[in-house]
Amino acid sequence: MKLTPAEVDKLAHLARLEFSETEKKAMLEDMDKILQFVDKIGELDLDGVEPLVYLNEENQALRPDQVAQTVTKDEALKNAPQRDTDYFLVPKVMQRGQEEDPS
Amino acid sequence: MTDIDSLPVLQEKLQNGAFTCTEMIEAFLERIQGHASLNAFVEVFAHDARSRATVIDAKLNHGTAGKLAGLVVGIKDNMVYRHHKGSAGSKMLAEFESLFTATAVQRLLDEDAIVIGRLNCDEFAMGSANKFSHYGPTHNPVDNKRTPGGSSGGSAAAVAARLVHASLGSDTGGSIRQPASFTGTLGFKPSYGRISRHGLVAFASSFDQIGPLARSMDTLSALYEVMAGPDEYDSTATQQAVAPVALSDADRDTPRRIAYFKEVLENPKLDEKVKKQTQDYLARLREQGHEVEGVNFPLLDYLVPTYYILSTAEASSNLARYDGIHYGYRSEEVENLETVYKRSRTEGFGPEVKRRILLGTFVLSSGYYDAYYGKAQKARRLIADQTEELFKRFDFLISPTTPHPAFLVEAESSDPTAMYLEDIFTVHANLTGTPAISLPLLRGTGKLPVGLQLTAPRFAEKALFQFAHGLLQR
Repeated sequence: MKLTPAEVDKLAHLARLEFSETEKKAMLEDMDKILQFVDKIGELDLDGVEPLVYLNEENQALRPDQVAQTVTKDEALKNAPQRDTDYFLVPKVMQRGQEEDPS
Repeated sequence: MTDIDSLPVLQEKLQNGAFTCTEMIEAFLERIQGHASLNAFVEVFAHDARSRATVIDAKLNHGTAGKLAGLVVGIKDNMVYRHHKGSAGSKMLAEFESLFTATAVQRLLDEDAIVIGRLNCDEFAMGSANKFSHYGPTHNPVDNKRTPGGSSGGSAAAVAARLVHASLGSDTGGSIRQPASFTGTLGFKPSYGRISRHGLVAFASSFDQIGPLARSMDTLSALYEVMAGPDEYDSTATQQAVAPVALSDADRDTPRRIAYFKEVLENPKLDEKVKKQTQDYLARLREQGHEVEGVNFPLLDYLVPTYYILSTAEASSNLARYDGIHYGYRSEEVENLETVYKRSRTEGFGPEVKRRILLGTFVLSSGYYDAYYGKAQKARRLIADQTEELFKRFDFLISPTTPHPAFLVEAESSDPTAMYLEDIFTVHANLTGTPAISLPLLRGTGKLPVGLQLTAPRFAEKALFQFAHGLLQR
């Protein structure tokens, strides 16, 4: 399996990453090597084998469903890179031209 | 004080007043400063450690001190401690300060261990040489030019250089055991689910486990006992009771059935000296009355590929939480919401993390999911089933922990898969959820330490520790 530059662009977008042209070239080379390496599992006969999804197949222990305040608003906002006293801040989502003018 | 390896010895000295915790902490702080060039610590909690030492000295005087009283421990920088920074070795979390404490760390604090700082590691625990840290590489105290391994490189280097009595690491594909092997220390990865992952920065959730590194078996097993057991904050932590380990010399001579994989000893990557030493060690075990048998395990070459497909898939999903909004790094160069995500992640993550996110995104993407992720989950079932069969006939599996001793920090490789093969003997335990320990019993080329790895059936930690204890006594 070999990826095309367009496929790397698509994966980068899905992963919300950006690569410069030079980085993209290096990433393509790395991905070729890594995919060649992991393609080895294609050799295994896995017909009829059940996938292993959970290592511990015992019943999941649930804790009591009780309301509790574990984090205050101030604490929740503490590590935010941009915030005011009540909210996480992000750049304007609606761009000029998309805005509907009610007046 | 800093040279004591054994927890019972340490506690006896503290009890009979040979020194106080306060004096001991000063000795450790001085030693840490003297070894700053190892780059083992990301941050030293000096003030904290001093005030804890005062409290624990008082407890010792009143006879109310906990099981780990006075034990000086460093934690890998990917487990959180309330009101302390924790970065997972990443620029993304460089300024992050935790609101809570990881369960494993809390249990150490509850038993009066002293947490003296956070230890360097590969970014998000992805790496085998500790060189993918935002804070630069850690050096191996055995030989400064060499790597202590990774990703828990700082944890292993700090133990080996006696900057702490013990440390915590995390092991997703070998990240505790490979550094233990490279630094001549003891490193242990418990069964999956034995120790809560609450407060461990997630890399691959079906593989990650916290475990201890130390210089003696009694310290290692005491840390394990304190940390193990159910936790209401981790539903994947097992409800199975934790049997007290109770190390004793009594059953040292109980004959055991031990298997080794022929493919491991015939592996072309295996250092000649390590191979010879392993063969000699197996001969010695036979002389001691153990049954040692070579078995075929043709799946060996499929372990690392299976591991990389599954672990990167889980990582790409786990690391999606770093969005530049709720916590962590945000790029200055943003115009809209999408560039907040993209630029923050692009600037906040290092190259290895990006490679793995991209691979994980690929194996989960539509059109490739069945051929990669689905297949790897099936391969994992085959590997787990064959391992379970094997443990019906044998008590332990034995191998070198790593194919070779520590390599040079400056060793460059243009092929990322060359580094992935570092995990060739360790990923088996992560794929199967079995407990495995690395003991400093072998030497490689240049007399550098190499670990001997023992793997036991799932949740057979007690038998594993007892057997390992017997081997170290000889």
